[in-house]
Amino acid sequence: MKKTAAMGLAVLAALLAGGLLAPKWLLFLVTMSAANGLVSLGIVLMMRGGVVSFGQGLVFAAGGYAAALVSNKLGVSDALLLAAAGGGAAVLLAAPFAPLLARYRGIFFAMLTLALSMVLYGVLMKSESLGGSDGFNMRRPTLLGFSIPDAWSGYALYALVVTIAVLLSTAARVYFDSARGLVALAIRENELRVEYLGASVRRVMALDFVLAAFLGGVGGALAVMALGHIEPQFSYWTTSGEFVFVSILAGHHSVAAVFAASLVLELVRSFSSAYFPNTWQLALGLFLLIVIRFLPKGLGSLFNRFSRQAAP
Amino acid sequence: MNTALTILADGVAYASWLFIVALGLTLVFGVLKILNVAHGSFYAVGAYAAATFVAWFATWGFAPWLSLIALLLGSVAVAALLAPLTERGLLRVFYGRDEVLLVLVTYALFLVLEDLMKLVWGVNPYFVTAPYGLFGNVQIGGQSYVGYDLALVAVAITCGLGVWWGLNRTRAGKVVLAVIHSAEIAASMGVNVGRVYTFAFMFGIFLAALGGALTAPMISVQPGVSVAVVIVSFAVVIIGGLGSIEGAAIGALIVGMARSLAVHTWPPAELFSIYAAMAVVLIFRPEGLFQRVKARRI
Amino acid sequence: MRIIALAVSCLFAASASAQETFKLGIVSFLSGPAAESFGVPAVNGAKVVLEAFNKGQAPAPYNKTGFGGMRIEPVFVDENGGATKQVQELRNLYDREKVDAVVGYVGSGDCLAVAPAAEEMKKFLILYDCGTPRIFEDGQYRYVFRTASHAVMDNVALARYLKARGIKFSTVNYINQDYAWGHDSRNDFKAAAAQLFPGVKNQADLLPKFGAGQYGTEISALLSQPAELTHSSLWGGDLQAFILQAAPRDLFKKTQVVFSAADHVLPGLGDRMPDGVILGARGAYGLMSPKSALNDWWWKLYSDAYKTYPVQAPYRMVQSLLGLKLAVEKAMAANGGKKPTGEQIAAALKGSEWESPAGKIRMALGDGHQAVQDTAIGRTKYDAAKKMVTLVDIQRFNADCVNPPNGVKGEDWIKGGFKGAKCD
Repeated sequence: MKKTAAMGLAVLAALLAGGLLAPKWLLFLVTMSAANGLVSLGIVLMMRGGVVSFGQGLVFAAGGYAAALVSNKLGVSDALLLAAAGGGAAVLLAAPFAPLLARYRGIFFAMLTLALSMVLYGVLMKSESLGGSDGFNMRRPTLLGFSIPDAWSGYALYALVVTIAVLLSTAARVYFDSARGLVALAIRENELRVEYLGASVRRVMALDFVLAAFLGGVGGALAVMALGHIEPQFSYWTTSGEFVFVSILAGHHSVAAVFAASLVLELVRSFSSAYFPNTWQLALGLFLLIVIRFLPKGLGSLFNRFSRQAAP
Repeated sequence: MNTALTILADGVAYASWLFIVALGLTLVFGVLKILNVAHGSFYAVGAYAAATFVAWFATWGFAPWLSLIALLLGSVAVAALLAPLTERGLLRVFYGRDEVLLVLVTYALFLVLEDLMKLVWGVNPYFVTAPYGLFGNVQIGGQSYVGYDLALVAVAITCGLGVWWGLNRTRAGKVVLAVIHSAEIAASMGVNVGRVYTFAFMFGIFLAALGGALTAPMISVQPGVSVAVVIVSFAVVIIGGLGSIEGAAIGALIVGMARSLAVHTWPPAELFSIYAAMAVVLIFRPEGLFQRVKARRI
Repeated sequence: MRIIALAVSCLFAASASAQETFKLGIVSFLSGPAAESFGVPAVNGAKVVLEAFNKGQAPAPYNKTGFGGMRIEPVFVDENGGATKQVQELRNLYDREKVDAVVGYVGSGDCLAVAPAAEEMKKFLILYDCGTPRIFEDGQYRYVFRTASHAVMDNVALARYLKARGIKFSTVNYINQDYAWGHDSRNDFKAAAAQLFPGVKNQADLLPKFGAGQYGTEISALLSQPAELTHSSLWGGDLQAFILQAAPRDLFKKTQVVFSAADHVLPGLGDRMPDGVILGARGAYGLMSPKSALNDWWWKLYSDAYKTYPVQAPYRMVQSLLGLKLAVEKAMAANGGKKPTGEQIAAALKGSEWESPAGKIRMALGDGHQAVQDTAIGRTKYDAAKKMVTLVDIQRFNADCVNPPNGVKGEDWIKGGFKGAKCD
């Protein structure tokens, strides 16, 4: 655990220093992909237990709307409080469904989560007070009581998002390696045996779903702070599909791989959009196919292979 | 009385259209265990292909009723060319991988097809309205309906019965059922599972393309046709139970009637009535209305 | 004043280096449901106009090469993919592609999302098409402009047209898409009709899903409770499908249908478009455009290249590019003939006015950031000899007659009885 924490700190320091040198567009891209990466990290958390949620848009939107509303209606502007509000709101929304979802597996889990996210999408589209399909804008947050000057707004948000992402993923790593976290892997292999050994599969699955919701909610809150705008699209099935793609691309072995995968997806989308305006979807689709074909266990398997070779 | 009749007629007409598409989706899932996100794209390709064939028929000066044949030919062409290419060239690579992973593969395929259609047919709209007027109008409960819309009901019933009969009453159908039940055991009994997969996929895609081709006369065929179809046919299949033909029929009727009821009595409910129905069914009957629960393997 | 500015800019145009380029980002729908009706025609319009600018072939006062001698280098981006993608790509356009200005966005949600991003980056942005009035009613911007009227104009003009033509009705049915554009259009028309036709009763209020494609159920609902007037803001593929499915069921004979933004489907539909439908084009565009040398030039330029006449989307694009051209050249003159910054272009465009093929554009609202323009409404009539749908009974409305005054929200303006409207 100490080793994990030390590594987290080292990565964070490197990222914060690197951010000072990076061009603005890259900074924003990393900010967004770290926020999105948190949502995918939640899916990875569930993937370890063998289920994949196709409806993380639900908690992503819940977190985003909560942060934006708390900022606009209650006048709370502190970024940390808003992120916490996003995570909290997502947990509140997801918790009632957790015991129910804990019974589902495979494609049914995927589809039920998808249906839930689409119900939220429908409700948001209808809510004219929340701007309906157009959504609404949110003011720039403050940080620890200071308002952020224009010139530094990009870096400040980057630093905030990266810090939260590193902290939460370090926590996730610790959880993954804990006894409770390892049970999930056992469930993935064979849940009946886990039951016979005396662990409650449903309790683990329900807890993982709620933890994933928290990660998704924080991700949504951070994304809306960076974007300055929220709309029902946050809860649409294509949004959820991209989170799943990032988790699959990352695999469930490495936490860092989730963020790397998230960044890779944003880079591919951004460059294909700029250089093939008429066929960017084709390029993105082919990229997805190639990755799924040639990296069956995700980017994480690459990471692990290298580290194993380095330290046999 | 008239209102009830109208709600029923509208619901059934919509359900028929939906059923043709959803039947293909459920069939592909039943046999190949692939939830095909790109199903809507094949629907759109079917519509484009139909537009192309109808235009050819028109330049050759064929009689207007032959345009119905052109619609059919369009969907056959999609099933005969594009479907085997997709199944053999792409999906086959991923068999045996996780179901969710295959959903992502078809999502990627959806993105690819979206741009490919644009490259082939451009963005300008195609109109193939000739078949739409062929059946005249029909009066039901004080409403005038386009005969073509009601003809779709007959097509849907034919498709449903045909597939049911084919699966349950023919030798080839029994082989497909054997593969649905267990591909491994079927293979060990000497069934060429690969071929069954290809044909099942072709037939599923044929139904998607047919749905698109039959819709082409009443819409403007242009980019974006595929997006709306896929999510409603998903809902139908989920409600009915993945892989179930009866389920797809009941699911389509539930969705069609729910929508018709909403539009006639409380329009604002339309948008999420479908998803709400889907969530409710999933909560109480997780495997859908018509699917047997699988045994858990120890 | 403007003449002096122009003369000065002419003097300095020569001093701009021939090598210097002006990089212009253009964002619109190249795929998805809005590509056919709005995105691609607008981008096509931009391509021919920018080419004409670069060759210096546009008529005066737009006849300088490029932008004040600088060659215009366009970068196209697809708007499909949601507002999140738009914010990211806009940032990439400014920071990575180093564009000097961006003209784009059809979707209202996209416009709302990108405006604050451009503002934060202090980069110049023109929203050329989107309809929601919320952008400059709810927000204040320095670097963001919209060079076309917002959607309040469309529905107010429709109601005024019905009044002016003496069309009587006491009941209205509505069919609009279930998203902000549909909701706003319905609300605006409802409010305007309540002002001009007191006692009108609203009946069915249908909100089919965007991209539904199947309208049988909705048409039954409209027919089972027929109203004298049926209002719709449908557009693109949805509108075409609705017309194709409603016409055989005689909806257009049983009720007077009014479309708020339907001109773009006329060339494609041809004789499938019923006669007698009253429709708007979100401006005096296409068949309703005013006669002028500039319009003739534009009409010919577009028709020669694409074998069809320009409808609302390319008109909105060209009017934004013309305004941008004058603003850049004015700012350049003020900057001693050097390439102006986004700040300088913004200062030049703010509150300015210019001639476009659709008439005069004035940046009169939103503290000089939101345009108003004249509009027109007409009635369809198929011309068998020309094999095209024509528009008859065309009536024009002054910008000040159908747009709210500066500082008044569109909704409040309608509900308050159009105070300050100047119609002659």
